[in-house]
Amino acid sequence: MNRHPGTSGLIFNEPNLWEKSRRGRCAISLPKADVDRVELDQNLTEEAPELPQLSELDVVRHYTRLSQWNFGVDSGMYPLGSCTMKYNPKTNEVQAARQGFAAAHPLAGDEYSQGALKLMYNLEQYLGSITGFDAVTLQPAAGAHGELAGMLMIHAFHAKKGKQRSKIIIPDTAHGTNPASASLCGYESINIKSGKNGILEPEDVAAVMDEDTAGIMVTNPNTLGLFESNIKEIADIVHSKGGLVYGDGANMNAIMGIVKPGEIGIDVLHLNLHKTFSTPHGGGGPGSGPVAVGKILEPFLPVPRIVKELDSYRFVVNRPDTIGRIHTFYGHFSIMVRAYSYILSMGAKGLTDASKLAVLNANYIKESLKGTLNLPYDMPCMHECVFNDAIQKENHITTMDMAKRLLDYGFHPPTVYFPLVIEGSFMVEPTETESKEDIDQFIDAVKAIAKEAKQDPETLKNAPFLTKVTRLDEVAAARKPCLRG
Amino acid sequence: MRYLPHTKEDIESMLKVTGHSNLDDLFNCISDDLKTDKSIDIPEILSEWELNAHMEEIASLNIACKDYKCFMGAGSYDHYIPAIIPYLISRSEFMTAYTPYQPEVSQGTLQGIYEFQTMITELLGMDVATASHYDCGTALSEAALIALRKHKKSSQIAVSSLVHPNHRQIMQTYLKPAGYEIVEIPYTKDGLTDIDALKGMDNIAGICVQSPNFFGNIEDLKAFKTVSDDKKILFITSFTEALAYGLLKNPGSLGADIVAGEGQSLGIAKSFGGPGLGLLAGTKKQMRNLPGRLIGKTLDTNGDEGYVLTLATREQHIRREKASSNICSNNGLNAMTAAMYLATAGKIGIREIAQQNHDKAVCLKTTLEKAGFESVFDKPFFNEFVLKAPAGFEQKRAALINEKCIFAGVKLEPFYPEFKQHYLFCATETISKADIDQLAKEVQ
Amino acid sequence: MKEINDLNLPEDLKYTKDHEWAKLSDGVITIGINDYAQDQLGEIVFVELPETGDTFEKDDEFGSVESVKAVSEIYMPVAGEITEINEGLEDAPELVNESCYDDGWIIKVKPDDMSQFEALLDKGAYIDMLKG
Repeated sequence: MNRHPGTSGLIFNEPNLWEKSRRGRCAISLPKADVDRVELDQNLTEEAPELPQLSELDVVRHYTRLSQWNFGVDSGMYPLGSCTMKYNPKTNEVQAARQGFAAAHPLAGDEYSQGALKLMYNLEQYLGSITGFDAVTLQPAAGAHGELAGMLMIHAFHAKKGKQRSKIIIPDTAHGTNPASASLCGYESINIKSGKNGILEPEDVAAVMDEDTAGIMVTNPNTLGLFESNIKEIADIVHSKGGLVYGDGANMNAIMGIVKPGEIGIDVLHLNLHKTFSTPHGGGGPGSGPVAVGKILEPFLPVPRIVKELDSYRFVVNRPDTIGRIHTFYGHFSIMVRAYSYILSMGAKGLTDASKLAVLNANYIKESLKGTLNLPYDMPCMHECVFNDAIQKENHITTMDMAKRLLDYGFHPPTVYFPLVIEGSFMVEPTETESKEDIDQFIDAVKAIAKEAKQDPETLKNAPFLTKVTRLDEVAAARKPCLRG
Repeated sequence: MRYLPHTKEDIESMLKVTGHSNLDDLFNCISDDLKTDKSIDIPEILSEWELNAHMEEIASLNIACKDYKCFMGAGSYDHYIPAIIPYLISRSEFMTAYTPYQPEVSQGTLQGIYEFQTMITELLGMDVATASHYDCGTALSEAALIALRKHKKSSQIAVSSLVHPNHRQIMQTYLKPAGYEIVEIPYTKDGLTDIDALKGMDNIAGICVQSPNFFGNIEDLKAFKTVSDDKKILFITSFTEALAYGLLKNPGSLGADIVAGEGQSLGIAKSFGGPGLGLLAGTKKQMRNLPGRLIGKTLDTNGDEGYVLTLATREQHIRREKASSNICSNNGLNAMTAAMYLATAGKIGIREIAQQNHDKAVCLKTTLEKAGFESVFDKPFFNEFVLKAPAGFEQKRAALINEKCIFAGVKLEPFYPEFKQHYLFCATETISKADIDQLAKEVQ
Repeated sequence: MKEINDLNLPEDLKYTKDHEWAKLSDGVITIGINDYAQDQLGEIVFVELPETGDTFEKDDEFGSVESVKAVSEIYMPVAGEITEINEGLEDAPELVNESCYDDGWIIKVKPDDMSQFEALLDKGAYIDMLKG
């Protein structure tokens, strides 16, 4: 049991698709031509694009080998801070693949799409209840897209009041998407520092909040894994100057059933279905970033909205104050199906237990690794804890070296070098779906690496050794970009 | 709960380490007035088989049964998805991985997306393609922002009125708060973007034209390139049907500076409109202006080839408020799906499928014309076209959906109120001659 | 990273608080980033350049220098018109690391107001500023 999962096995080489290509091969089943061939004007057409020519087995083997070079949640523990890499239930995939969902055309018409509308309507209600808000839109395609939608609503709110504002307050622990989303609305970011306990102090907010400031963007729990316990006072300060409070719900997995952001002064909140609600990250998406709002922002929600009348559902687009459309159709519907399936599989108690166990796992890791790694904020954490490499620096070992060495031990590294407020951060979010045994193995691995840092630092500097490739030259990649084959 | 592994003993021993007496104490750092006293109001937990029954019941409320026939496009297309694609894309190493920030254990995603970028540049005739965007509408909005930021003296961009109406609405949402404005280029009676209307537009930062356009007609992109060159502004093209470029001249060869497109046709289920696949490509000159992730090839310390995320300084996690876009997650898994589709179809397959789409659409058009529909535009199209329906069609159309699961065209009027009784029809390779004949018989 | 005493800061150059250097010859000012800046950034992978003929005010951002994981804006030490840019940096941004005062220069400027140049920091004043 004490053996770490990392080992070396047979890893296949696999060239690029076009290197395997042989003229004349084709892996797709072509329908027989049962209608006349009609040539388009030759001025409009050209030779077919030079795509690779492969057999079906060529394609299958190619992607099977590629997949074996990847690490996923199903491979092992993936404690990436602020990313909530929890288990992605397989039943969710079965539900999303049902013919009635997967084959539904977005323009079929409300009357013929009642299943999709009902599911979306219900999911809005469930997310509203989980977060304590009055209304939810499911349209944003990702968390950052949700942030943009939320900020556009704040922008529209101020415009409607007759006086646009020019600034937005953003704490130094925020995800980079926060200031980038605010910028798209033309807001200048006013950065404020977290207090000495790693959370925002009301007086720091009061010092910059004025009547030209649109509001504040707060991630709660924040990216240090700490609960912003002054949130109500901060919200009061912002509201008293006519501003609004944007909540980044990336870390909602810590507080389901414990805190409802809609009840503590937050006006608008985005969620990440691909974090808290178990939908797969897919190597970088597609995600889904629903946005929940209170009554004052409800008129500004993107269109279309879904309304329920008796037992039927329909889309409404005519809403005078809406920020408009943000997705070609209705957002990432099949991701919504997965999240809906997850919520029904968990129930209210299951979701609350998930948050409690996520917090238990993080605190357990924090206590177990304290001393092995430096812990800049030694206080009870939420669903993630942030260490750094201050101890290992003595042996010239960095967070990056430890992260790379973890790969050899069979673990995906935590988030590194974020949040920016801690130098060399090493941000661990185990999630609730990791068992005590797996977490103990991870803790053992980190301790073993800390020992190596003292006794054999060279090994760490050259890690990893068991992966398909060793450390890659990112400088060369950026100096002379080669973005296509 | 089967996703939660903790036994009672686990919890007790872990709490001992954390120094708490029970799970609720873990939240002592949150004061009581911030905690909720309301429970979460959601249905009772369902077992897996109860969930199956419940989900099938909801899914069956959508009219999308097994023998369903779809003559609709308008941004979402019914194409055959080869069996190997769902099989391969379901591999959990692809599906359950995060963004490839640790390249040593993400080479599968990285090489796969690098190959995707390569095949998209080949399909579109462009130098650089990003690792994907959400959908065509959002990609097109980003493209418009690139043009507007480059051309600082202008706050307007010209957009064809035959760009998908929903895409134009998204552009409006993105552009308005930054103080930018869309100027619509009207269409001609031939169902093409009116290039002459650009003459009077002196203060624009770029031109956006969709081809095939929303009516299905193929635009003369080269002519628009000439105009944009004269005005020294960026030429942006878009498309909703990626397979068209298995047959048509690609936008790169016709002079596009930036191309935004929808890649749903490339092996991705319609799924009620999402997730699809936003495609974004540009000339070499635009490389650093394109938002979103890019994968590049490099070497490892042993000198072996490998792939990494690169040019990340353009992105929000580094540039924060100065980033030109806030995009983080994209539609990566669907990009991988599209790559699998393009590799499966290959040069031979994509051409044959594209040609068949065109053939079936021409057959559908002539057959419906014989059945009493009126041709509206007489211009070359790919797999979509507009027809004016005979009186009484709307009722027949509804009956066809309800009784036979046949969706006969997209009603044009909600998008273009001037086109009453007009429908946008689409035929793909999934439609047989028999399907076309059946439809004609039913609506006669 | 280098200690302040190890920095190469030629006596005959002027410096800014944002770590640019400037050198006057024949009425034209050559501008680049100094040893401290290139050392802090690490391996430089891209230099964003303005175009010849662009005009800027003093302290305007005229370009940026990028490493793999950081971007640093560069500011005009003086107001003026860009007369030349170092096109060699496009293919070889590493010149800024290897030779920040010679081959790694960034722009040449025809200044609007020579007194702005005179007012820049000399080596001693710059080092004092670094020491804070």
